[in-house]
Amino acid sequence: MREVSPAQQAEPSSWTLSLRRLIQRTLPLTHLLPDRQPVFVGSWVYIFGVVSIAGLIWVVASGVVLALFGPQWWHQSGVGRFVNSLHLWSVQVFFVFMVLHLWGQYFMAGWRDGRAKTWMVGVVIFAFSIVTAFTGFISQQNFDGQWIAVNAKDATNAAGIGSFFNVLNFGQMYGLHIVLLPMLVGTLVGVHVLLVRIKGVVRPIEKKQPAQPAGEKSAS
Amino acid sequence: MDAPATYLSWNFILISVPNVLMILGMIAVFVVALIAPFPSHSEAVEPEDSNDA
Repeated sequence: MREVSPAQQAEPSSWTLSLRRLIQRTLPLTHLLPDRQPVFVGSWVYIFGVVSIAGLIWVVASGVVLALFGPQWWHQSGVGRFVNSLHLWSVQVFFVFMVLHLWGQYFMAGWRDGRAKTWMVGVVIFAFSIVTAFTGFISQQNFDGQWIAVNAKDATNAAGIGSFFNVLNFGQMYGLHIVLLPMLVGTLVGVHVLLVRIKGVVRPIEKKQPAQPAGEKSAS
Repeated sequence: MDAPATYLSWNFILISVPNVLMILGMIAVFVVALIAPFPSHSEAVEPEDSNDA
């Protein structure tokens, strides 16, 4: 029979314990909520990412108000049109700063040193954000929305997804736009930030040292 | 505001003026971000190497 140490007896094995240990190992509180950061974190590239998240918060908040009051309100009342505009312009902020963050991360090769997952999750967020914005444009309940949907119908049919997603079906597009896709984008943004906390921010690319002449040895 | 946007066309490229302005604005912000100094902290620390793997 296997010997059990007193420490093991005191702490019986369970899934909650395993999960707690995994979280403590992969995401200690000092990484989750750091009070100091490496000097290279001071970069506008990360400000772009944070502004993008701020834009997303405004998108969701204004979207909740629009969903509460409905299309007639957002087209006909003054306050409704203001909130509708707030929703549109916060989407612009979200996309503009997400793309600026993407450009910055691309040129600094943000996927280095085991950060491929962080980069890929960001790419997937970008892709699903485009689909979310698209379903929003066709859920406007005006001629612009209808025009976009009628044109998009041919594109979805040509891509072979027309039998699953009918862009002329307002209920389906609106449901995707206000429930499923925001949940997906919001969750992925949370995962993206967690991965940044777990792996830390990528080091700057170091300058290459000039090649030494043949036969000359380094002093170190 | 309700009038349709003016479009620029060149060969197969067709783009509205507002979209061109947005793209130029984004490029301008990106260039400014490369040049403008970032306000620094005195509290910065060196990263842990174990966190890089």
